[in-house]
Amino acid sequence: MTTPRKLRIATVSLAGCFGCHMSLLDIDEHLLELLGQVELDRSPFTDIKLPGPCDIGLVEGGVCNAENVEVLRAFRQSCKLLVAVGACAINGGLPAQRNMIPLTEILEEVYHTSPGLAHGLIPNDPELPLPLDKVYPLHEIVRIDYSIPGCPPSAHNLWQALSDLLAGRPPELDQHWIRYD
Amino acid sequence: MTESPHASTLSAILAHHPATPQALLQILNGIQSHYGHLPATALDALASHLQMPRSQVDAVAAFYAFLDLEPRGEYHLLFADNIIEQMQGSTALLDQLCRELWIEPGKVSEDGLVSVGLTSCIGMGDQGPALLVNQRPLTRLTALRIAEIACRIRDRVPLESWPQEWFAVTDTIQRRDWLLSAPPQPGQALVAVLARDADASLAELRRSGLRGRGGAGYPTADKWAYCRAATGAAHYVVCNADEGEPGTFKDRFLLSHHADLVFEGMTACARLIGAHQGFLYLRGEYRYLSGYLQDVLERRRKQGWLGRNILGCAGFDFDIEIHLGAGAYVCGEESALLESLEGRRGIPRIRPPFPVQRGYLGQPTVINNVETFALACKIMQEGGAAFAACGTAESRGTRLHSVSGDCARPGIYEYPYGVTIAEVLRDCGADDAQAVQVGGPSGVCVAAVEFDRRLAFEDVPTAGAFMVFDHSRDLFEVARNFSHFFAHESCGFCTPCRVGTSLLRDLMDKLHQGLGSATDLAQIEQLDAVLRDTSHCGLGHSACNPVLDTLAKFRPAYQARLAHHDFAPAFDLDAALNAARQLTGRDDAAAHLEQQP
Amino acid sequence: MSDSFTLDGRAIPCAPGQSILQAASAAGVFIPHLCFHPEFRPQGSCKLCTVRASGRLGSACTLPATPGLSVESDTAELNARRRVLLQLLFVEGNHFCPACEKSGDCLLQATAYALKILTPEFVQFYPHRAVDASHPDILLDMNRCILCGLCVEASHRADGKDVFALAGRGLHSHIVVNSASGRLGDSTLTATDRAAHICPVGAILPKRQGFHTPIGERKYDHKTVAEQEIAGESE
Repeated sequence: MTTPRKLRIATVSLAGCFGCHMSLLDIDEHLLELLGQVELDRSPFTDIKLPGPCDIGLVEGGVCNAENVEVLRAFRQSCKLLVAVGACAINGGLPAQRNMIPLTEILEEVYHTSPGLAHGLIPNDPELPLPLDKVYPLHEIVRIDYSIPGCPPSAHNLWQALSDLLAGRPPELDQHWIRYD
Repeated sequence: MTESPHASTLSAILAHHPATPQALLQILNGIQSHYGHLPATALDALASHLQMPRSQVDAVAAFYAFLDLEPRGEYHLLFADNIIEQMQGSTALLDQLCRELWIEPGKVSEDGLVSVGLTSCIGMGDQGPALLVNQRPLTRLTALRIAEIACRIRDRVPLESWPQEWFAVTDTIQRRDWLLSAPPQPGQALVAVLARDADASLAELRRSGLRGRGGAGYPTADKWAYCRAATGAAHYVVCNADEGEPGTFKDRFLLSHHADLVFEGMTACARLIGAHQGFLYLRGEYRYLSGYLQDVLERRRKQGWLGRNILGCAGFDFDIEIHLGAGAYVCGEESALLESLEGRRGIPRIRPPFPVQRGYLGQPTVINNVETFALACKIMQEGGAAFAACGTAESRGTRLHSVSGDCARPGIYEYPYGVTIAEVLRDCGADDAQAVQVGGPSGVCVAAVEFDRRLAFEDVPTAGAFMVFDHSRDLFEVARNFSHFFAHESCGFCTPCRVGTSLLRDLMDKLHQGLGSATDLAQIEQLDAVLRDTSHCGLGHSACNPVLDTLAKFRPAYQARLAHHDFAPAFDLDAALNAARQLTGRDDAAAHLEQQP
Repeated sequence: MSDSFTLDGRAIPCAPGQSILQAASAAGVFIPHLCFHPEFRPQGSCKLCTVRASGRLGSACTLPATPGLSVESDTAELNARRRVLLQLLFVEGNHFCPACEKSGDCLLQATAYALKILTPEFVQFYPHRAVDASHPDILLDMNRCILCGLCVEASHRADGKDVFALAGRGLHSHIVVNSASGRLGDSTLTATDRAAHICPVGAILPKRQGFHTPIGERKYDHKTVAEQEIAGESE
């Protein structure tokens, strides 16, 4: 009897708060079930820097800077299925509240007007990713296969969606369980 | 022009109109015209004068494109931005004017002297490029003329002292038929109407087979008969002269040269339905005609063709008022027009009830197109038989076509219904036509293989526009221009049209910039379906037509623009880093993003 | 036997003057809608209630319930259109549910749940819209306005005040407040006005009541929008 190949999953939090990842840990005993069926590629739970070929990519958070764009693209290239997880990934969420203010004003307020550590200079270190003019949802930058809404998505919904994906089905949530908050 | 509102000037404007809510838009037009914008203090005074909430005044003021809440330039120039004018070089002329005047489009110069912008088609497609300067048309623009205009603006020469031939609107009649070859003498139709009883007149109208020329083609005799039969405190006749469909200018021609026919058609209608009051709703772009039209009305009053006891017939009382629009295409939709006529935002009403039952002020109302009234006038005079002998079985009579675009002889053409597109193209000298947009953006885009189709309700229906595109034109760009038009003109009432037309425009722009993908094309088709199926009125229903038609008939024009990927980002990624690059002074590799990985 | 029409194959009794939506609600059948409210005139603007009535598409809230009509509503095609319409409303404004006090009680959100909208398709507009906190008791947040017009109706018809009006055109359509300053605090709106409580989304909200109801006990936490509407009708 052959054991089916374990599915590889990569996860990342872009402009997010890791709340969706925390919610994933909340699936409690299902974690054991999950780990029996999958192995983790790049993820906060491993130390892999770049995702290898994966079956599923779970992306939390919106896209706020150039590095987010590169990481999101790497996920898209490596993952057969890419899933937007949580409110920020879907419409920018809380970080996108900055979209109502021009970036110039924001940076000037933070580094020029308010007292801070940068001595009145906007950091220009090439190591730092440049911020985009706005925070964007994932689907405006790469093709997204599925989304799991919620802030964060409940453990129930995450497990439901993952179970569907592991079984090779499109994730299906009953309307009683769908939440955007 | 930017003087602060003076109580006496304001009261003069207010005194010009009755203090009724219906006068709101007309008074706003008057204030705009006097001050160059709508000063807040004037709006306060207006609200209390009409005893309506200030918010209601604001609501209307913010709806119409020609009403400005902020001051605009003393010289305010709006270039017509239909595809025809673009083909005639309007974009370069606008750039030139802005360069010569050191201003940016859409912004008022710092000294408040001048502002330059775009507006939808102003009905001058046969003599473009054209613009409106303080609501007066300047036609046949050239680079030389633009330089002369810039010069006069810089020197603050008043418009009255500009060469008046610059403002000339000329009408070229290229083909005459039943109506234009022998228009009736003014007054004759009224004599004929008074000589018959109403039923006999309606029978002539029915015999003629006349259908409304505004586009929908409703049988005119039925409309008038229903309205006549409808009960109400008063009946009204409204002439829809909101000729907003881009590429159409035949009503401009009729009003300029055959206003008597139009007014007499309205008066005949009034006699048949029992109306005492009529309105001509004139689009704001044709404001320059209103003085002339007032004169015609005054003359007709003197001749006893308007006013009390018309032609000595006791109780035949009827008069016509001109209401000016203020730049809103949607007001061409009859129920939106009624809303506008009543002084509100031009939001199409829920139908039924139809205007013949509940129209102006909730009373039975006939609304017809300018051309319909002109045709009805001649039918009243000579009977319906000759008219019915022209055209096809389902589309009787003749109709006027506004021919423009890539042809040797643009202008007004009167043909019997049933003429083929190929015949029109041959007559107007369009040897290299690739496509014709019949009926304007909301009409049909006809490709060369279909040029044997006929202009008639049963084949290619038309509201009168005939825009020709030769093989040098890109039909994608035509559709993109129209998508901008609809997004600009959507009234905003219903979700699909308010949001959908903007998304559609943005997707067309994305494709234009070479940033599009097959996914975007699929999204365009999805929006088209929603617009078609769920919009509140004809504007939304037809907003998808140009794109649907060109996608079906000129798909390669779209496909050539797709970046060769199944997905493309929604925006220009590298441009989204512009602000950050500027603020940090960075230009290293990590400070840039490729559009595709 | 009373007059009736069929809705998705089911016979729905109808009376003269009723719209398809009213007749369906009375019979316990839910048709999605946002701008309709049983106490006020139908607006027909959100278009969520678009149905096919004997072949012709139209808003169920304004189409008269005519005996003999054959109406389709809960079909794959119409629900697909509704999903697009809802998404258009979501991208047009700034609807960040996690930060909205109305979340859980919001008709837009609940209707999107009912139509199972998970994955966004359209581009976010992120418009710049104002928040007016000038009124002591009521907050006006234009970011969440879906232009349903119910506040205009309620203020005019129920309160007799005309505090609100719909202004502008196209995508620039917006609510204006009737006061000299244009601010809500200077208007005649009071906390007990119908217009202060009619908003189906989080655009007009009573102050100091946000998040009073714990998550799990909000309007749509246990009942779907269809269940709520039908329950509301039978109350």
